[in-house]
Amino acid sequence: MNLAAATNENLANISNVLIYSSMAVYTLAFLAHIAEWTFGSRSKVGRTAAALTTESTSAAAAPAVTVKKAGGTAVLERPKVVTRTASGTRDVPDGPGAHGGTEKGDMYGRIAVSLTVLGFLVEAAGVATRALSVMRAPWGNMYEFSITFSTVAVGAYLLLLALKKNVRWIGLILITTVLLDLGIATKWLYTDSDQLVPALDSYWLWIHVSTAIFCGAIFYLGAVGTLLYLFRDSYESKLQGGGTPGTFASSVLSRLPSAASLDKFSYRINAAVFPLWTFTIIAGAIWAGDAWGRYWGWDPKEVWSFVTWIVYACYLHARATAGWKGRKAAYLALFAFATWLWNYYGVNIFITGKHSYAGV
Amino acid sequence: MSKTDTAADGTEPAPAPEAADAGEEKDLGSAGSQLSTAPQEDAGGDAPNLPALGVIGWARWFWRQLTSMRVALILLFMLSLGAIPGSLIPQNSVDELKVQDFKEAHTTLTPIYEKLQLFDVYSSVWFSAIYILLFISLIGCIVPRTWQFVGQLRGRPPRAPRRLDRLPAYTTWRTDAEPEQVREEALALLKKRRFRADLAGDAVAAEKGYLREAGNLLFHISLIVMLIAFAAGTLFKSEGGKLITEGDGFANTLTQYDDFKSGNLFDNDSLEPFSFTLDSFEDTYEKSGPEKGTPRIYRAHVTYSEGADGPEKKKAVEVNSPLEVNGAKVHLIGHGYAPVVTVKDGRGETVYHGAVPMLPIDSNVTSTGAIKVADGYRDKNGKKEQLGFNAFFVPTFAGAGKGEMFSQFPAPEYPVLALSAYHGSLGVDSGLPQNVYQLDTKKLKEFKDENGQLFKQRIRPGETMTLPNGAGSITFEKDLKEWASFQISQQPGNGWALIGAGAALVGLIGSLFIQRRRVWVRAVRHADGTTVVEMAGLGRSESPKLPEELGDLAGLLYDKAPGVPEPTEPTESTEPSTPEAVPAEGAEK
Ligand code: HEM
Repeated sequence: MNLAAATNENLANISNVLIYSSMAVYTLAFLAHIAEWTFGSRSKVGRTAAALTTESTSAAAAPAVTVKKAGGTAVLERPKVVTRTASGTRDVPDGPGAHGGTEKGDMYGRIAVSLTVLGFLVEAAGVATRALSVMRAPWGNMYEFSITFSTVAVGAYLLLLALKKNVRWIGLILITTVLLDLGIATKWLYTDSDQLVPALDSYWLWIHVSTAIFCGAIFYLGAVGTLLYLFRDSYESKLQGGGTPGTFASSVLSRLPSAASLDKFSYRINAAVFPLWTFTIIAGAIWAGDAWGRYWGWDPKEVWSFVTWIVYACYLHARATAGWKGRKAAYLALFAFATWLWNYYGVNIFITGKHSYAGV
Repeated sequence: MSKTDTAADGTEPAPAPEAADAGEEKDLGSAGSQLSTAPQEDAGGDAPNLPALGVIGWARWFWRQLTSMRVALILLFMLSLGAIPGSLIPQNSVDELKVQDFKEAHTTLTPIYEKLQLFDVYSSVWFSAIYILLFISLIGCIVPRTWQFVGQLRGRPPRAPRRLDRLPAYTTWRTDAEPEQVREEALALLKKRRFRADLAGDAVAAEKGYLREAGNLLFHISLIVMLIAFAAGTLFKSEGGKLITEGDGFANTLTQYDDFKSGNLFDNDSLEPFSFTLDSFEDTYEKSGPEKGTPRIYRAHVTYSEGADGPEKKKAVEVNSPLEVNGAKVHLIGHGYAPVVTVKDGRGETVYHGAVPMLPIDSNVTSTGAIKVADGYRDKNGKKEQLGFNAFFVPTFAGAGKGEMFSQFPAPEYPVLALSAYHGSLGVDSGLPQNVYQLDTKKLKEFKDENGQLFKQRIRPGETMTLPNGAGSITFEKDLKEWASFQISQQPGNGWALIGAGAALVGLIGSLFIQRRRVWVRAVRHADGTTVVEMAGLGRSESPKLPEELGDLAGLLYDKAPGVPEPTEPTESTEPSTPEAVPAEGAEK
């Protein structure tokens, strides 16, 4: 064995160690999140219920222009913008987050986020060393897709956090699925680091596969938002209808953002990623034209990409059509993500087509 | 968490135009109209309730339904569901052999599937019906929307509604500046911010983000371009396969293809004239490690010439890099070995000499094939006969006595040819097409060895297998050739499909990322002599930045027309505010 090959094998081993280490760190982050949710449940969050039951009298209009008398001279504030909700939308404040406003919960939440940052760095290093060990894009088989997938999802989440978006509520679910994804990847999908078969040896691999993984990871965040929206929405309508949700539901759901916020969150994510997903499919078609002599041939992978694309288009249409907003659109969004997942795992594993590169 | 920011997060900053139209028509007037050109949804669009609708009435009703967004949504969903079976059931258009296998394995399902055209989903009547309806709907949707949009571009932004404080984002203050001056400042400011702004009565009306609509229309029109390009491609395409052994060539005429498929409107004369020769095939494989044997390089070196007899040019055809001649593409599909053999008959005369392509059956290129000597053979008594050999070829033999006759490595490190010999009639004259890689042994007799078994032998390059009883011999020549198979395809419309896809993408980005919104600024003199400035904004429901933008604009205008204290008690608003109104700090981040 020559020296270069040995170095590469070393790098591949380092990559494996890093991936396992990131799993360990994520596990700690998972536990910290659990602690956050547990301590958070001790707070009395009656906010949502209050907002929905006592006909928001307290939310009376604030003055548009206020004048503060400071030391005798009138100091004028700039005009404030007053917003009004659409008729038919519930006027509910967002929940306080997993920590429920408790100091201890918040501390554990912060620990969880810090651990997530660490886990992300370790995992990203694992992906990078994997790429270096073969000197190519680390997207040649399903193991590599999976580790990149969770890295991107966590990275996007941390980026949103860094941009001060209200997304910490997603932490626990995200870390749980990241652990699941890495577990499946290391246990069942593992393939030794190696070169690509000639069909995959193209610069389109960089373009098409990287955007595909990226879209999937971001769509995933959107899907989590949608799922939580559905729960939170039933919770809110139950409260609105005068019902009393179970204690567990109240404890967990009251701490989430309002249904309207969750819905908006997932819409924005899905709408923002849709053009990139469109581009991914176009890039794939161009590649197929180079590799197989036809840009579209209804190969199973192509069929399912088409299906996901159409269902996401359906979802966007639903949002623009009056009677289909809200829950119906949310079901479509979940279905859309389910088709994406199936295209990713199901088609690679259960269906043979030209895209049989899963390495499993 | 303070109350102010919960409100900012928890409220929808702006109503959807539909909601605005429905609930607050009297307040908003036409202000919210046509913020998008999306067709209005009929409230009770289920069935026409007029008793005597007549043919034209029904046709109009049907058309209205078909071009409504709701039906577009349903058709889209049906299209996605309809595409699914084609990925689960083998398709003729993808792999006919798989379809045959499936039909043999599922005799009860097959007739049902055939009735439902499930082996040809993407050209089936029902699938076509869905997408044709969808595209009629699309055209029926785009045309009026385009007119409407052109009308909006020609017209002016709608005038300010009477009650600006009813709009989703609103602000107001008092100033000493003259109303006319405030309006002029507002007009200049909005124009500078690239709004289309207009002075109408006591208010300025402005609108921005028309490109959203343009993008949306471009996107939907591009879908039609793509569909037409794809349809044309399918109708006019041709696609065929050809297996070529090193040294041999191909000219692009119908008779030279091994197999050939074409679209319904394809015309044989449209085959692009060109020819090429396979000079050599280069392949390398992983020599060690867990993926030993995985191919690394596949490269077919060809010499080609365009037209009937153009100048010769060289090209290395690889999997991702086809040879292109005026729109015809030659793709490398597969490769294998073609051992060169020489067959001599009973009188010692050479009756066959050539390379015999073998078909790989595993990834280490264990291959099977048949050698057929149809003409010229005579046995030692001079009797005319035909010879056939079943052949098994491995590029790397494990070694005598070591298991089966399977290859250990895809490169020819220790090639061995295993032959079993037959004589009699090959059955090639029966008129039925015959598989060149298989021997039809029905009318053939086995050559026997001394034990009365089928005569067979393994030979290495340079070795000769001598048939029993002086029936002749077959030699495995030292010169082992490789073959490559190519797919030669022509599909018009690719360029248009690509243009359509690119335009669709651009349109989509415009449609999803550009916000269309309206801003009004009203300035009127109050009874006490000051000027009341009111600003309001209206966007679509997904315009999160609208309150923020309005705040920005208000700030700039405020600098030009600074506020004065309220004459009445502080903390009271100038206009009677609506109870639903809640304070917000611009939009959420
Ligand atoms: C070939 C099938 C179609 C696809 C893939 C498709 C896709 C899309 C997508 C992705 C959007 C989102 C862009 C946005 O939200 O601005 C959209 C918007 C829209 N589509 Fe389609 N569409 C199709 C057919 C149709 C048809 C048949 C109609 C008319 C009946 C239609 C009318 C609209 C309208 C009015 C909007 C804009 C909605 C809005 O203003 O938000 N589409 N379409």
